[in-house]
Formats: sequence, structure tokens, C-alpha cells
Amino acid sequence: MDSESHKSTADKLVYMANQIATFFHTQPKDEAVAGVADHINHFWEPRMRAQFFTILEQPDNGLDPLVVEAAKHIRKPGPVPV
Amino acid sequence: MSLIQEIDYGTPASTSEKMITLTIDGNEVTVPEGTSIMRASMEAGIKVPKLCASDMVDAFGSCRLCLVEIEGRNGTPASCTTPAVEGLVVRTQTQRLKDIRKGVMELYISDHPLDCLTCAANGDCELQDMAGAVGLRDVRYGYEGDNHVFAKAGVVANDRWLPKDESNPYFTYDPSKCIVCSLCVRACEEVQGTFALTIEGRGFNSRVASGARESFIESECVSCGACVQACPTATLTEKSVIQIGQPEHSKVTTCAYCGVGCSFKAEMRGEELVRMVPWKDGKANRGHSCVKGRFAYGYSTHKDRILNPMIREKISDPWREVTWDEAYKHVANEFRRIQYQYGRNSIGGITSSRCTNEETFLVQKLVRAGFGNNNVDTCARVCHSPTGYGLKQTFGTSAGTQDFDSVEHTDVVIIIGANPTDGHPVFASRLKKRLRKGAKLIIVDPRRIDLVRSPHVEASYHLPLRPGTNVAVVTSMAHVIVTEGLFDEKFIRERCDWAEFQDWAAFVSSPEHSPEAIEQISGVSPQLLREAARLFATGGNGSIYYGLGVTEHSQGSTTVMAIANLAMATGNIGRKGVGVNPLRGQNNVQGSCDMGSFPHELPGYRHISDESTRDIFDKLWGIKLQDEPGLRIPNMLDAAVDGTFKGIYIQGEDILQSDPDTKHVAAGLAAMECVVVHDLFLNETANYAHVFLPGSTFLEKDGTFTNAERRINRVRKVMSPLNGYADWEVTQNLAKAMGLNWNYQHPSEIMDEVALTTPSFAGVSFDLLDREGSVQWPCNEKAPLGTPIMHIESFARGRGKFIRTEYVATDERTGPRFPLLLTTGRILSQYNVGAQTRRTDNVIWHEEDRLEIHPHDAEQRGIRDGDWVKVTSRSGETTLRALITDRVSTGVVYTTFHHPTTQANVITTDFSDWATNCPEYKVTAVQVGASNGPSDWQVKYDEQARQSRRIAPVLDAAE
Repeated sequence: MDSESHKSTADKLVYMANQIATFFHTQPKDEAVAGVADHINHFWEPRMRAQFFTILEQPDNGLDPLVVEAAKHIRKPGPVPV
Repeated sequence: MSLIQEIDYGTPASTSEKMITLTIDGNEVTVPEGTSIMRASMEAGIKVPKLCASDMVDAFGSCRLCLVEIEGRNGTPASCTTPAVEGLVVRTQTQRLKDIRKGVMELYISDHPLDCLTCAANGDCELQDMAGAVGLRDVRYGYEGDNHVFAKAGVVANDRWLPKDESNPYFTYDPSKCIVCSLCVRACEEVQGTFALTIEGRGFNSRVASGARESFIESECVSCGACVQACPTATLTEKSVIQIGQPEHSKVTTCAYCGVGCSFKAEMRGEELVRMVPWKDGKANRGHSCVKGRFAYGYSTHKDRILNPMIREKISDPWREVTWDEAYKHVANEFRRIQYQYGRNSIGGITSSRCTNEETFLVQKLVRAGFGNNNVDTCARVCHSPTGYGLKQTFGTSAGTQDFDSVEHTDVVIIIGANPTDGHPVFASRLKKRLRKGAKLIIVDPRRIDLVRSPHVEASYHLPLRPGTNVAVVTSMAHVIVTEGLFDEKFIRERCDWAEFQDWAAFVSSPEHSPEAIEQISGVSPQLLREAARLFATGGNGSIYYGLGVTEHSQGSTTVMAIANLAMATGNIGRKGVGVNPLRGQNNVQGSCDMGSFPHELPGYRHISDESTRDIFDKLWGIKLQDEPGLRIPNMLDAAVDGTFKGIYIQGEDILQSDPDTKHVAAGLAAMECVVVHDLFLNETANYAHVFLPGSTFLEKDGTFTNAERRINRVRKVMSPLNGYADWEVTQNLAKAMGLNWNYQHPSEIMDEVALTTPSFAGVSFDLLDREGSVQWPCNEKAPLGTPIMHIESFARGRGKFIRTEYVATDERTGPRFPLLLTTGRILSQYNVGAQTRRTDNVIWHEEDRLEIHPHDAEQRGIRDGDWVKVTSRSGETTLRALITDRVSTGVVYTTFHHPTTQANVITTDFSDWATNCPEYKVTAVQVGASNGPSDWQVKYDEQARQSRRIAPVLDAAE
């Protein structure tokens, strides 16, 4: 791509997840993990979450530790109905 | 059908609750104290002759026609300026009054042309009516004397005569017909609040002047039409009436421009629209209008409208006109093929904030029930999605809390990131009216918008913050309010969660949120910020109005929460004059959100994961809804680039022009195999479309729009769709082609389905709307006539929730390569991507988008006013002409995005709100430099657009 703002979808997902974490970092501690997980469960389409789990498995994935912690509460997407 | 005639009571209604009784012409009349005798008479059905009075403006008492006699009082007082008092005995018709009135009319007519038969106001002229009412039969003075009527007095020029001013594209000013009643001057002052008109001279030399004796177009006139509406003669007349003649029937409908949602009478002759006149009973606009709704409807019959469906294999091919059936079949086959090949979730749809609720409901239904997925989104994604999220979190409902009437009761107004005089002009006029009566104003905006200082209105504080620092500034206002003990403890204890408040209060109280600390970030003077916060907390009813300058940021949702916090902390929720009021961009942004256009929500803001809600639709539609959220617009484009999203149905949106990072949008669209655009014109998005379905205008369909105050207003069909079908019919036919068993005969049946499935709309029906005019949701058993003000006794979510709002700088930062911050906005005469307004005479006010730049920044770069400049960001570059002004601070540049050639969104980035992906339009780091003309991208784009709009000639059957 011909300019620096055009990131891959994976880069964008990491960026978005970290943005969400940034907000919840400022919220009371006990709400932060659930806050991140709920937000992603509520608003991320299954293929976004599937990509997210792929990213999660990679070393140096760039994800905020809060996102990593929240990951166990993020729903694994099921198969797409035909 | 007939012409709707509104009663003019002559003077505004009194709001007093004390009633008094008087006798007028032998009839006992009971009216609120403070009512004029003229109005009291009209209430009793007695029309006192008048020329200078209207219930839209205060009484003036200059025409001397409305005189009455009162028992026990001397003389013949003017009924418009004389208040009704308990026990008065009034006579409106006596020999003495008759003589005086006839004498007055004789004088008027002696200086008025007698060309009634060829006059544009013939049949709609109050002067003519009054001559009839007083029985004028003769003008003893003749017409030869001093006058304003004739260009020549004998053979010499008549110095009093002035030529017609036809400079405004929509109305003319003919001084020879003016009776100097000053209604136009007062309408401009009191209704519009622009003060563009005045009466110059005295006595017989008096005349109406626009500006400092300039033509209307050169004056400050904003072309709202209030003066034209007020004029009792043909002095100020719509050009359309001059060309067509008087209308013969009318219907009340709703404007299709901004989120104010003004009610208009569409005045017709046959199927030809003669004029749009604001409707006095319209509860959003109360009889007022702006240049767009009043005049800029010419696009509806513009030659650029596409009236036949078209398809093409590749986007490099010319378009081929086809029958509707062929088009539907083609789309259905393509969408089914794509789903078979790439999976059920490989297609989606975008609903339109410019279409009706019913049409929007159908598009999301088509996606959910027909496509079998939840990949539906709407343009609110790019404007007010953070409002939905933020207010839902804090209050429990994704909508503004007040009605527009509420502004009449406010004492202190904060406006953040909105420019109402340009973006929401009729609301601005209503606000200015309140400000002139003493309410205080605080403006938080990087740019010096008109409301900061305009005739008879001056903001107490303007906090010119750096773009992107809203959260810091609003949180700091909360810091002042909490640390200085100015919060409303009683309200908070009663209505909010006290523990959450304490957590929040401790958070905002920390020194890093003090105005002194955040000055570094925001550039706002701590002293001003402190004073503004104190004023808001202690000045009485405090209301907050905001626009896209709040939402279109990385922290858009956080700012909305900060605003909600501020309102709760000061106890400014749940009554008249207060509240949190998002000014919605498009006519039906609120409605499109209400109707379930978001991929995670069913109609009425119910999450798709909620089984009981899905169950309602599953049963009614005979399907099984997916329980997972679908893709949002930016996610759809990402998925398209990744190859998993291949087809889209876009109704009435131009994402290529309106969405950020144009190159990415173009790449996403180009990667799809079937792009269906359903629109009035071959818009920019259509350059990448394979199927074009012609759309219809708001004049051509029945339905409803929901405005920024949650008001559901009727849209009424006044002419047949030029393309043959209203948009809801097109969607329905497409659904049928895809095998869905839909059979709506009228949009009212669609609203019935909304009511059946959505608790907040349970009471809404077209019958109710026709009866009541409009209602504000929630409208159900608990509130059968709707809900003007929300959260009166408790919040929709129970207790109001305070949420910490930490400022986080956007990653879009200035630096040596991109030292300036670009922010964007709207101008009065144009609307959104300009598809409509650019196809009207409104272009004379704004032919092109300009880059506003501070003289200092311009000087440094050697840029002169009007020069072509290149604007470069990390995303791309574009060129436009510079406008040097100190309305923007140093370091900030500003432009509008109404013209496709400007390509403002080539430079905006893909940063977006953390919660909703609403793009960060309002902050882009840029560099500005001299340029010779259009950028390579602009040249390439123009060529592609030109190629893409080719339509293959239809072959004659004989050939």
C-alpha cells in the first residue's frame, strides 16, 4: 500500500483491542478484564474474533496484557451456519 | 385535497396560567392573561383587520388597521399592542373604526401598484384582503403624487423608486410593493436572529434595506425565508411562485436535510411543487426554516437523477439500462451465488439515514432475514455511534434527553463540537432567541463559530481547545465542579449510584485533571475554564448540546460519557431546560439507529445476543437469527480487502465520499463482486457499483423520519416517484426476488410491524401520527402520547452511572512532517456530501470547499488568500484553495467536505473511536504547502469517475 496509515486487518484488530484496553485500564480494576471481554463479545463479528485468537497465539503479538488477560472470557466463534 | 390554511392569531400566545375573561363584540372570551385583544378576538373567531401583525413576532402596532374601541377608554387603541384585561368590553367594528380603517387603506393603496391581476401574490395578498375587508372603493388621493411605485414621475426619474432586487436565487424583493409594515425586519430579528434587515429613513422615506444598502445576496441574509413568509404583499416573493403561480393544495411533511426535522407544508399545483412553507404546528421548528429545507429541493427533479435500473459486469464497463425485473433477478442471483461460494456471511447491507424509518427497517430486515446474517450498518457509524454507546452506558438510552422546546427554558448552554448556525440552523435560531432573553452561552470549539459573537448574541466563554482534547477539557470542568463543591448532591444521591459517583469524584479531583494541568494539552486558559465550569454549575438550568466535534474522535464515546457525567453531577437531567442533546447530522440518523441498523442490535437497541428479543423476530419472520454481531462498515471493508466479504446493498449512502480513508474504501469496494447502489444519483460509491437501482426523494413517498429529539414525524408523498417506485418498494421487490414472502401494501404496515416488535414504539401508528402530528419515543402504554423529556423520575437504566473518563491522546499526532491539525465541518448552504445541495441554486453560496488557515500559518508558508494549496497527511494528499482567516487558531486548519473533487477524506486517517469505530474525522495531522493544482490522485479519480459514469446508448429495436 502506498501510505503508512494502510495497515493490515490483523494490525487493525490489535490496534482496536488495545484501544479498548486503554479505556478499561482507567476504569476500576475489578471491572477492567470483564469490560474488555464484554466489549469484544458485544461488538466484534465472529471472523474478527477468530482472527483475534490467531493473533493471540503468536509470540510478540503486540496485544496489551489486559487484552491477553481478557481473552479467556472472549467467546470462541462457532461455525457459520450454512 | 385543499390548501392547508393556518390561523394567524396576530400576536404570540401568552404562557400565563392565569385566565381572564373579556367581552368582544358581545362574545365572552376567556384567554390567558397577557394575551392581546387581537389574539383574544381571533380565539373567538373575530378577525380584526391587520397588516403588520403576525403570531410569529411580537406586536408592533404600526399599520393602524387593527384599531378597536374599548368601553371606558378614550381613543382607538391598536388591538395587537393592547393586552386583554378582565372585564373589558371591546368593539371591533364601529362607524368610527370603519372610517379610520378605510382612510388608512386609502393611503396605503395610493402608494401601491394596481397590477393585482398580474401580481405573483394575487390570491395570497393580505393587502388585497384588507382592501376587501374594509370595503375600499375609491382612492381620493389619486396615484399621481409622491410615490414609490413608478420609475418615472412624468419624464423625470422618480428618486423614491427602486428596482427589483433579484439577486437571491430563491426570492425577489420588489420595493415598489412594500408597505413598510416591518414584518420582514422583525422576522429576521425575532425568528431567525440574523438582523440582516432594517428600516432605513423616516416617515414617507422609510424603506426596507438589506445589510448596509446592499443587495440581498451581498448582505448578511442567510436566505431562511422567514421574511418572505411574513411579507403581507408581493414585496418578498418566492421565485417559484412567480414562475408557477399560487399553489392549490398542500400536505404537511418533514424536511429531509438535517436532524432538526422541520415540518413543512409542501404546497403543490398538481404534482408540481410550488414551494415549501414551514408549518407553525411543527414541534421541532415552530414555523421556522433554513435555506435548505425552505428552498433547496430542486435536486428532486434534477436532470442528473437516474430513473432506470442499470447493471454491468465490471466496473470498467459502461452502464447498461435494464428492466426492474432484470435488475432484481441479477442482484438476487449474484448475492445467492456469492453466499454459496464464500459463505452466508460474505454479503451485507447499509441502511440510509436519509431514508424513512420504514425503508431502513426493511433493509435491515432484508439483511437479517434474507441474507441470514447481521452484516448491516448505517452512516451513524461515522457520526453518532459514540452517542449511542456513551448515553446507553451512562443513562441507559441511546438518545438525547430533551425536546427542542426545552431550549426555551434553559439558563446556561454549553455547545461542544457543533456549529448550529450552519449545521442545525433552525435550532440555532431558537437558541439565539433564548440567548437574547438572557441565557448564557459557553462554547467549546477549536474554531470561532458564529455563535461566539453575532448580532445580539455573545458567548460568555469560548474555550478554543486543540482538536482531540475534548475529554481533557470536559473532565477538567468536572474537576472544578467537584473540587469547588458545586455538584448537586441531592440529585446524585437520589438518582445515581453514590458509590460510583464517589469513585468518579475522586478520579476527577486528582490534580492532573485541574485546568492548570490540562492547559498543556488543550491550550485552554485555566481561568476561563474555571469560570465556565462555575457558570454551568451555578447558572440555573444547564443544558449541553453537542455535535460531531464530540463524536468523531478516537475518544468520541469517552467524551459523550464525560458530558453525561457533567450533566448528572450538576443535576441537569430530567426536566425542561436541561439535558444532554446530541445534534444529529442527518434527517433520520436517530431513526436509522432506532430501527436496528447496527450490526449488534435489533430494533429498539436490543442486543442480538438477547434470546428473548431474537425470539420475537424469529417467530414473526419464520427464521432463525444469528446470535452474533455482524460487521460494521469499516470491518466490512477490511473483510472485503481480505477476501471474505464480496457483496453489498447500499441504500442512500455514499460511503466513498463520506467515509474516511477514501483509498481504503475504494480498495474494499473494488474487491467485491457485487456492489449494489440504490440512490438518486450516480454518486461516488456508484463508481464501484455493478448494479444501480434508482432511488426516490422524500417528496415521492410515505413514511416517517425521527429527528434528534426522538420525534417521529410523518413524511407524506406529494408526487409520484420519477423512477416509478418508492425506496421501500424497491427493497421489497428485491426481497421477493430473493425468495422472501413480503407483501407490504403501504409503509404504515411496516410501522405496525415495528410497533409490534419494539416496546419503545409499541404505541406508534400512522393513525396516531396523523392525529397528533408527531410523537417522541418511547411511545407505549406508559406514555401513550410519547415522551418529550426522558429520565424524569429515574434513568432508563435505573440509576445514572458515573464513568471515569481519562484523557488519552490520539495517535494521530503532529510532528515535524505534519505540523498542523486539520478539522472538518459543515456550511449552512450545503449538506453532507452535497449530492442534493450541489444540485440546487445553493451552490452560489459555496461553489467549492476551501481550506481555512490562520494568517500566521499562511504567512510562514507563503500562502495568499485564494491560492491553491496542497494538504498532505499520512494517508494521502489533496488540493484545494486557501481561505485566510483568524477563525481558526494557529496550528489548526479547517475545511468542509461537500464537494467530491476536494477529496477531503483522502487525507483523513483510519483512526477511530475506541468503542464504536466512528472515524476520527476531526483530527488529522497535515502539512500545507503551495500547489499548482489538482493532485495526481484527484486527476486519476476524476478520470475513473468519468469513465465509470458512462451509460451505454440504448439500441433501437429497428437497428
